[in-house]
Parts: sequence; C-alpha cells; structure tokens
Amino acid sequence: MRTTRWQRWSGLLFIAPWLITFLWFTLGPFIASIFLSFTNYRFIGLPEWVGADNYVRLFTDDAKFIRSIINTLYYTAVHVPGIMVMAFFVAILLNQKVKGQPIYRTAFYLPSVTAGVATAYLWILLLQPNGLVNQFLGLVGIDGPNWLTSSTWAMPALILMSFWGLGTTMIIYLAALQGIPQHLYEAASVDGAGVIRKMWHVTVPMMTPAIFLTAVLQIIGSWQVFTQALIVTNGGPRDSTLFILLHLYRTGFEYFQMGYASAIAWVLFVIILVFTVLQFGIARRWVYYEGASER
Amino acid sequence: MRHTVVGRAHTAGTSAASGLGAPLGGSLESPQTALSGKPITVRSTSVRVLRALTRTLTYLVLLGGSVMFAIPFVYMVRWSFMTTGQVYDPDLFWPFPMAWENYTYVWANHPVPWWLLNSSVVTFIGVVAGTFSSCVVAYGFARLDFPGNRVLFIVLLSTMMLPLHVTIIPIVIIFRELNWLDTLWPLIVPGLGGGAFSIFVLRQFFMTIPIELDEAARTDGASRIGILFRVILPLSKPAIATVAALSFIANWNEFFLPLIVLNSPERITLPVGLRYFAAGQYTEQLHTFQMAVAMIAVMPIIVVFFFAQRQFVRGITLTGIKG
Repeated sequence: MRTTRWQRWSGLLFIAPWLITFLWFTLGPFIASIFLSFTNYRFIGLPEWVGADNYVRLFTDDAKFIRSIINTLYYTAVHVPGIMVMAFFVAILLNQKVKGQPIYRTAFYLPSVTAGVATAYLWILLLQPNGLVNQFLGLVGIDGPNWLTSSTWAMPALILMSFWGLGTTMIIYLAALQGIPQHLYEAASVDGAGVIRKMWHVTVPMMTPAIFLTAVLQIIGSWQVFTQALIVTNGGPRDSTLFILLHLYRTGFEYFQMGYASAIAWVLFVIILVFTVLQFGIARRWVYYEGASER
Repeated sequence: MRHTVVGRAHTAGTSAASGLGAPLGGSLESPQTALSGKPITVRSTSVRVLRALTRTLTYLVLLGGSVMFAIPFVYMVRWSFMTTGQVYDPDLFWPFPMAWENYTYVWANHPVPWWLLNSSVVTFIGVVAGTFSSCVVAYGFARLDFPGNRVLFIVLLSTMMLPLHVTIIPIVIIFRELNWLDTLWPLIVPGLGGGAFSIFVLRQFFMTIPIELDEAARTDGASRIGILFRVILPLSKPAIATVAALSFIANWNEFFLPLIVLNSPERITLPVGLRYFAAGQYTEQLHTFQMAVAMIAVMPIIVVFFFAQRQFVRGITLTGIKG
C-alpha cells in the first residue's frame, strides 16, 4: 500500500487532541514542578531559587511529612492485603452458580462506584460512638471505640471504610475467574486433586495477573488517599490520619508554600514510581501469563 | 473395569464438593459420563451433605455481606427524610411521615441547584467530548502509521501512572495565568483531548477489529475519517459505552481539582458543595440536610449504574487484564 509523506504525518492530527492537552496540562506542569520544587514560591511574586533546601527540610525538619509517610505505610499494610483477600473471597463465592448473582454483585460493587464526598459524610455518622458500626459490634459483644476522636482508632476507621469499596477489585477477580478454562479443573480432578489443591494449583496461578494488577492499583491508590482523610478525620486526631496528599494540599493551598509543596509532590511521585517498578520486578517471579512463552 | 468406576466416583465426589474456583459440580461430571457411556450414580451421603453445607454457607455469606454493604445506603436515605428530633431516637427506624422538606429546604435555601447544574455541565461535556476525542485518538494509535506512534503510545501509558496530584501546583498556576480560577474551565478543558485510560481501552478494542474491514471500506473509496465513523465506531459500541460510563463516574465524583480551583458558593460542584454542611458536624439539623444533599449527589450515579451495569462489568474485561 502506498502512503504519501503527507498521509503519514497527518496521522498525528488524529492524536492531536490528546497530544495538545498532554503537552499543556501534563508534560509542561511536570517539568515546571521539578523546577518549582527547588524554589521558594508563595503564589505571588517570582519563585526564588533555594537549591535542595526544600528536600532537606522535608527529611530533617518536617515531622508532619515523616508522619504522613508512616501513616500511609500503615494504611497500605492493612488496606491492600485486607481488601484483596476479602475481594477474592467474595469473587470466589459469586463465581458459584448462585441464584440472584446479579443482585449480590450489585450490592458489593455499588459502594465502590459511589465512593466520594457524599459517602464520606455518611461514614462520619456511621462511625459515631452510638452509630451503626458500634451497634453492629455490640451485637457480637464488642464495645466499639469512639472511632473518630481517638488517635488510635481513626486510622482503623478509615481502613474499615475503605473495605466498603472492595467492589472494583472484586469485579476484576470475578472477570479473571470466569476466564479460567474449565478443562484445567477437569484435568486436576482426573489427577485426583481436591478443593484445596485445585484452588492452590489452578485458581491462584491463573489469577496471578489479576492479583498483580489489583496490587499495583491498590498500592498506588493508597498513596493518593485524600477525600476520606480530609472529610472524615481532617488528618486528625493529632495527625494520626495525616496522609501525604493532605499534607501536600495544606502546604500548597492553605499555607501557599508552593515550592515546598512541589517538593512533596515529587517525593510522592518517586515513591509511586519505585513501588510500581519494584512490583513489576517482583512480578516476573510469580505472575503467570498464559502463552507468555510463545511471545 | 472396577478400578475405573472407583476413579470416576471419586472425581464426581470432588467436583461436587469443590465449590471453590469452579462453578459447583455439573460441568465436571458430564464429559466423564460421556466417556464411560453410563451415568454415574455412585455418590456417598457425606458428599451430598458437604455439598448442601457449602451451598448454604455460600448463600449465607453472600446474603449477609450484601445486606452489610447495602445498609449504609439505607441509612443515608433514612436520615435524609428525618426531622431534627428523629435522628437520635433509638426506637425509630423509618420516619413517618417522611420529611421531604429537607430536600425542599436545601434546594431553596442553599445554592444546591447551582451545584447540580455545575456538576452536570462539567460531567456532560466531559463524557461527550472526552469520549469522542478518545475515540479519534485511539483510532490514530490503533490504525495509523505516523512517525512516533509507538513511542507516544508508551508515553500515554506512563501518564496513567502519573497522578494529577504530582503536577497540581503548576497546573493551578496555569489556570491562574489563564484567569480560569473560580470558573468551570479547569474542570472541562484538560479532559477535552480524551483521557489516557479511555484511549487505552478503546485502542485495545479497535485492535481486535479485523483490518480487512478497513481495507474493504477503503476499496469502496472511504477516507480514514470515513472508516472511523462507518466501520470502527459502529462495531465498538460496547467499548464506547463502557468508556462513557466510567468517565461519567470519574467526572461526577471529581473532588480534588474543584476543591482547589473553585471558590464562590454558586460556582462550585456538588462534591465541594457538600462541605458547606460540614461546619456544624454535630447538630442534627445539619445531618439531615447534609444527607439530603448527599442523596442528590449519589442518586445520578446509582441511576446510571443501574442502566449501564453491564458496561461497568465489561469494562474490566475490555482492559485486557489477562496481560
């Protein structure tokens, strides 16, 4: 097929809408934020070059920043495995031939779609000392804490709330489960494998791409927790739910220290990058891609 | 002969009891039965009991879990229809008569109509223009051989890993220079060129459409734009619907950016507006009003979700998570 020079280059016109907005609102700001992170800029006047001062201050003289990193690690360590295990469990159950499957699926999936400011306010009410959560705990004989005013329990409260949003992860698992070829189970049965062994030697290996995907998404998501932390606890009590993004927001848009906030943004970016690269590195050891050897 | 029968019975037993991973029983037995030519009737009582038990437990957990996941919504509705005095009445589950005046009050006395309008404008343009652009761009990446196609596609993929938060400060400075602060432009313009995720999903889908169809259309004299509109898009309706549905949710729920760029009470969107009712978190009156506004914010999502449920679920498979 013959294509003229013009025809080749004019293909760029098709991707121009994305390319323009990418250059304007992504690449440009991305480069600008590197520069800003080495300056002192207060939204008025000109940025003043301060070298690496912002980064030095972050790691040596900003207890709140260190606290926000620790808080996020705490959240990640409980939220990510927790939500993955629960979503996996629900997906396995939903994948049975159960009557009314669409109804259950909707019930589990809907909260993850509506997640936002409205449901954050709802959870403030549910987490009150005499609220629904504690009433429920009372049924099994547990005297629930005052979640939102306790620096010990505020983070568990946010994590509990995050489990309500397991729907996205669950749907990914459900799709992956339905993609497992039936003949693998048949072959395993012929070999005399029981429930547990089929689970461990067929289901889990075939699910590793989905498990990997959700792990990446959930870990990246944990570093971007913002709405819940701002609305439900506003970072408190005593900074116990101060997430890195909330710290960035306050620094940049409440104290208008925009150079310093850019430094926070860059540390956040590097953290996300490192976690993602690390995961892709580890993935080679345990993720099974069907037909990968043929490629 | 005897040996094989024992083997089969065992197989049937495990598959019946499985319940994990595989759909319960059924399909595993039929091929075996077909091979032996005789239906298998050997099944011990313990297996049947175990099977019944697994099924009962499955239903119990699913039912209990569904109720737990749905109850917060019930509480939201319930509170939105309560009067001041009813909120902390432990004996009252559902208010009669329902206090519709919560809705009429917030509608009349707060800029709720403005918030709804602003959210609707941003979401409508975001979904329609964003999805349209995503289609055009995805077609470019999927079908056209321009210089830098592969490199730019990798760039597009890597932007999915770059959250808006990292670049938010220069972005806000850009909006200030454009005099766009406290207007809806910052929420509209960046999305006009299509979203990285939408483009990615659509591009993957377009790649599955046989190229022969393009070539046939070209022989008939169709231009590249003609191929896009008459061949690719009509075949991609499910993928487009999925992208549009996900884009609706993302636009409607967007909070971080409007929180930063919008200020005036009548210029904010619904999620930001909800914060207006947070001032006195611990007075009942505000609770009921707040839940009424929360309902107004959540209802459109629920409606869209019920109409487009298949699209949401299909979206997951479309992204090609199998690698």
